[in-house]
Amino acid sequence: MTAVSMTVNGQHVSAEIDPRTLLVQFLREELRMTGTHVGCDTSQCGCCVVHVNGDAVKSCTTLALTCDGATVVTIEGLAKGDELHPMQAAFRENHGLQCGFCTPGMIMTAVELVSRKGTNLDEHTIREELEGNLCRCTGYHNIVKAIAAGAQAMGTAAE
Amino acid sequence: MYEFAYHRPGSVSEAVTLAGDHADGKLLAGGQTLLPTMKQRLAGPSDLIDLSRIDDLRGIEVKDGVVTIKALTRHVTVATSPEVRAVIPALAELAGMIGDPAVRNKGTIGGSVANNDPAADYPSACLALGATITTNKRAIKADDFFQGMFETALEEGEIITSISFPVPEKANYQKFRNPASRYALVGVFVAKTGGHVRVAVTGAGARGVFRVADFEAALEASFNPAALDGHSVPASGLNSDIHADADYRAHLITVMAKRAVAAAAG
Repeated sequence: MTAVSMTVNGQHVSAEIDPRTLLVQFLREELRMTGTHVGCDTSQCGCCVVHVNGDAVKSCTTLALTCDGATVVTIEGLAKGDELHPMQAAFRENHGLQCGFCTPGMIMTAVELVSRKGTNLDEHTIREELEGNLCRCTGYHNIVKAIAAGAQAMGTAAE
Repeated sequence: MYEFAYHRPGSVSEAVTLAGDHADGKLLAGGQTLLPTMKQRLAGPSDLIDLSRIDDLRGIEVKDGVVTIKALTRHVTVATSPEVRAVIPALAELAGMIGDPAVRNKGTIGGSVANNDPAADYPSACLALGATITTNKRAIKADDFFQGMFETALEEGEIITSISFPVPEKANYQKFRNPASRYALVGVFVAKTGGHVRVAVTGAGARGVFRVADFEAALEASFNPAALDGHSVPASGLNSDIHADADYRAHLITVMAKRAVAAAAG
């Protein structure tokens, strides 16, 4: 067992863990934050995407120990109390989900995308940037719409 | 995964000592290949030596016609580097085609080159650009470095510290992606410097990345896609699997080489 500590959604957390513990396991099983999902477990589907030090990473392909001292944000960390993050609100308004399993990963990828490419995202860019996020339900059209709208809303919210 | 002991060295020398002390250990860079391999139990190192805190292993420098990228530099950094895009845009584009955005946030050039996956992109860039791979012990020319599928010239306990790419006059990388995995079914990197042309192919070879001397000679005579008309790589020695058989890969090599030349020349 090895000690690890990090900040998750603004809270400092510490634990003793088996070195094999993946970040996704640490978040779900140790911290009981089950919004981050295990889809494929082989780093393809993106259901496990969280932010580590501002970067979108696949938490199923990250050891928790390598995040010692890091700042982690999960889907649970986006809303402010009852107020949805603009990207979350956009997924709701644009019917960007059906079963919802891929949705936390889609939203976390989208929010990080805005930090890299801005709030004015065209369809082609969004589709390219979603290469690491798979959805079995929607066919992606409304996800793309939601991300475009959510990015715009993030721009407006910032003003 | 099988159990392992975890180490977090703060310097290259500490990492080298740990690697020497633990012969069955493995170095951990971005983990985007090693961790999935361990999760499938295809690798079971006794120790993991996490290089991620060694800041000396990160950075990009362009100096005197050479781009030097330190081993732990992430794909996202190379892909978006104004310095690399200014002098070897094909290299930045290649980095931007690896995996997906989240994978590029963690994957590193050193990890890719040390692993030498037969479908990895960076080995073709190293061969085509005539790169030099520098380790804690020595400098190794790319032509001598890649020795077979997942095989390199690296010795036990040897760590890549940086990779240096001479700036070419013209270069381009064309990747025909497996429609599902997005790995290169065939990837061709073409580079022209002075009178010399190098053509390096990944994804297709049963022994990993390789150069095509015949294409190089044809393109040195005329750096034009038409120069490759009638030229092809023999199918024997190429991979055959459910995604593409050897004949198809041989065909794709010529197609992608022509596209690379057209894009580089144009």
